[in-house]
Amino acid sequence: MTDKGLSRRRFTQSLGVVVASFALAPRAAFGQAPGALSFSLRNNRRLEGWIRLEADETVTVFTGKAELGQGILTALAQITAEELDVGFDKIRMVSADTSRGPDEQYTFGSQSLEQSGSALRAASAQARGILLAAAARRFGARPEDLHAKAGIIASPDGKRATFWEVASADPDLLKGDITVAAAPKKPGDYSIVGKSINRIDLSGKLTGAPSYVQDLRLPGMVFARVLRLPRYGAKLVALDEAAVRSLPGVVAVVRDGNFLAVAARREEQAIAARNALASAARWSDDAVPLPDIADLRGELQKLRAETIVVGAAGQSEPVSDQVKRVSGEYARSYLSHASIGPSCAVAWLKDGRMTVWSHTQGAFPLRGDLAKVLGMPNARVDVVHMSGAGCYGHNGADDVALDAALVARAVAGAPVKLQWMRDDEFAWAPFGPGMAMRVEAALASDGKIVDWSYDVWSNSHAMRPGQAGGVNLLAAWDLGSPFAKSPPPHIPQPFGDGDRNAVPSYELPRKEIRNHLLLDAPVRNGSFRTLGAHGNIFAIESFMDELADAAGIDPLAFRLAHLRDPRARAVLQAAADKAGWIPGEKGDGRNGRGLAFCRYKSIGMYAAVVVDVEVDRKTGVIRVPRVVMAADIGLVVNPDGARNQLEGGIVQAVSLTLKEQVAFDRREITSRDWSGYPILTFSDVPSVEVILMDRSDPSLGAGEGSLPPASAALANAFAHATGRRLRELPMTPERVKASLS
Amino acid sequence: MAGGGRMSYRIKVNGEPHLVEATPDTPLLYVLRNDLGLNGPKFGCGLGQCGACAAIVGGKLTRTCSIALRDVGDDKVTTLEGLGTVQKPHPLQRSFIDEQAAQCGYCSNGMIMAAKVLLDRNPNPNEEEIKNALDDQLCRCGVHNRVVHAIRRAAKALAK
Repeated sequence: MTDKGLSRRRFTQSLGVVVASFALAPRAAFGQAPGALSFSLRNNRRLEGWIRLEADETVTVFTGKAELGQGILTALAQITAEELDVGFDKIRMVSADTSRGPDEQYTFGSQSLEQSGSALRAASAQARGILLAAAARRFGARPEDLHAKAGIIASPDGKRATFWEVASADPDLLKGDITVAAAPKKPGDYSIVGKSINRIDLSGKLTGAPSYVQDLRLPGMVFARVLRLPRYGAKLVALDEAAVRSLPGVVAVVRDGNFLAVAARREEQAIAARNALASAARWSDDAVPLPDIADLRGELQKLRAETIVVGAAGQSEPVSDQVKRVSGEYARSYLSHASIGPSCAVAWLKDGRMTVWSHTQGAFPLRGDLAKVLGMPNARVDVVHMSGAGCYGHNGADDVALDAALVARAVAGAPVKLQWMRDDEFAWAPFGPGMAMRVEAALASDGKIVDWSYDVWSNSHAMRPGQAGGVNLLAAWDLGSPFAKSPPPHIPQPFGDGDRNAVPSYELPRKEIRNHLLLDAPVRNGSFRTLGAHGNIFAIESFMDELADAAGIDPLAFRLAHLRDPRARAVLQAAADKAGWIPGEKGDGRNGRGLAFCRYKSIGMYAAVVVDVEVDRKTGVIRVPRVVMAADIGLVVNPDGARNQLEGGIVQAVSLTLKEQVAFDRREITSRDWSGYPILTFSDVPSVEVILMDRSDPSLGAGEGSLPPASAALANAFAHATGRRLRELPMTPERVKASLS
Repeated sequence: MAGGGRMSYRIKVNGEPHLVEATPDTPLLYVLRNDLGLNGPKFGCGLGQCGACAAIVGGKLTRTCSIALRDVGDDKVTTLEGLGTVQKPHPLQRSFIDEQAAQCGYCSNGMIMAAKVLLDRNPNPNEEEIKNALDDQLCRCGVHNRVVHAIRRAAKALAK
């Protein structure tokens, strides 16, 4: 297997015909109706748009999903090799590319195996069937008597032909449309799916082979940097352009409204020019008042809101007076993606075509918005995915793609590489929105929850490019003729937005859950790993422990008493067993242990997490020595790849829970480098044990679901250790000390 | 960055001499990436905080975003590419691959270079020593434990 070399080798080849149309169908993109041809296949019906047999006896596999560091290309290669019956080393993956790949919208929501995986499974099964039928005609045999393995078809009487030999006899063989007729293999017959095969891209990435968009070098390429506004609302009043133009190596200063960028022959010259631009620009004193993060809950609840009941049951039934009422209020800080590498793109305007190489999650949606802003037809704009630094949601990838394209237009003919500086990334990439949650419940004397009332307040977590009614790209809002932002979409349950996982998976006979979508966004928000699920599960699972305590029941038993789904019960029991959960065990003021459960998106993976903590009461520092998780992700395509995702989610969750909050004063974002946004480092990282449940049900996605329950279990462990509860994240030493004093 | 004219510098990178032309205050990172076409050292923060740009300069773990070309002098520079290749990985690279000790891989350069300097100094570090040595190398995907395992594995392989 080459390390995705094919897409790199073809960089400079002329780009092919656009094969898929752009259509935003939000509901379809968030999930697919069972039984029907899937969203991915409906939009991309041609078989050879997914699978192509090449003359060099390899198989090119096209996916609309992007490698974000989650290992999706390897998992999809496994599925294709398995279903097609070719060797894994014959597969060459092509990631999201508007010039030649299928439109599968965004790579998000832990849905790539569900969507692209099932599309490739169906396409592969069909291609295999077609090849067998053609070989049968060639051999004068019946297809059902033939045997295919590792790309070779054999007949009982010893005739043999490779897939490629069979295909070469008829160039149109694999050019039909996808149907749902071909039956895929049964999981029991898998030999490649289910194996921990090493990632196809990692050996290159670990040895310095060109792998990232940052590594793309094109002839005559220039380097660019952007200078953003000093704060939301500021306007460019004056600019001494000449002072910047005269600097060594500068080839262009781009000024359009409040958008400013420079291009230079060398990268360090572009950075020097950006610094000069900062000195040469005079900005108005305008500012958008920012919320007081010391009172995040109060500030969020002051904003205009649209309130929707997203889940209800039993409201006509009265609640007995003989109940214990309990309530709790929670909050989560604004979060940064904090990827190690700032966003980067390469753009090239050549012969009237704009090609942008980008680590976007949505090549097709981005293409549409780029075309709008550039005033070009979609067919003359292409977006080609290349790896970037770790992606945990809607970061600056799309914004920097437009930045680069705007500069490319100003230096027509020359490719432009534009990477954001660290402060651009921290101050301008969309934040995971701050959240406020309130729960109230009633407990019957038998310890059963008989009423549940829940409210969540947050801005939309879904402000991506490609959404209807505007353009969600940073520079588009700053241009002399600006574009409007798209309004937040309405994402129905069970996917949800700020209300993702706001409806508990517990059996609650009487409940009402309200989402207060905040309409005024004082800061720029977007999708961060799990959207609202992180805040909601933190609140719900913290509160479940508070209820268990009020009922005098062990937290594990209390949860089990409210869960019927056997898969939910199984992960809870497995995590508790592995961790050595002792019912009724008391914290000693310093050491404690917490538990939490989450079924991600209510229809995705199941996870139960047990977290141990040690609290230093003097310094307020919480240490996490050990985390145990049991996960049911359905069919596991690559066990080690899945473990890597689940482990990473847990470590990231510990970091979010203990350390992370975007800081700002009332005018400006003040988290602009790593000292202003500390994350977990090696010495603080817990040991992590992951139990993967053995299932053959459809894959449920493993990219996100470990994160929300890990945060909640950590909060519960602190409460268990100290008897005090922190209801606001992050659990900083200051908050710890205040709660213990 | 001061204006200053470009000057010629001889630097030795991964065993090969190179003649490069840049201003004296150019951070080594951009010379490595753009003049020499290397991919290992990566721009992460430009502030010496994250370690993604690390290389070994004169035997020391060095943030190449924060060392000027003029200060490299005769010190030998080793980058990720100088350790091994896809076909012939260094034992550390081999062990990172075997442990799949990466997700996005953007920080891996710094992890491997920091591990190289550690193992050169201490061929058999325990878990705590590894964590201390890498504490200034930031990772966001959360592969820290895999990195520790990979370094232990490489230490064993190198001891053979």
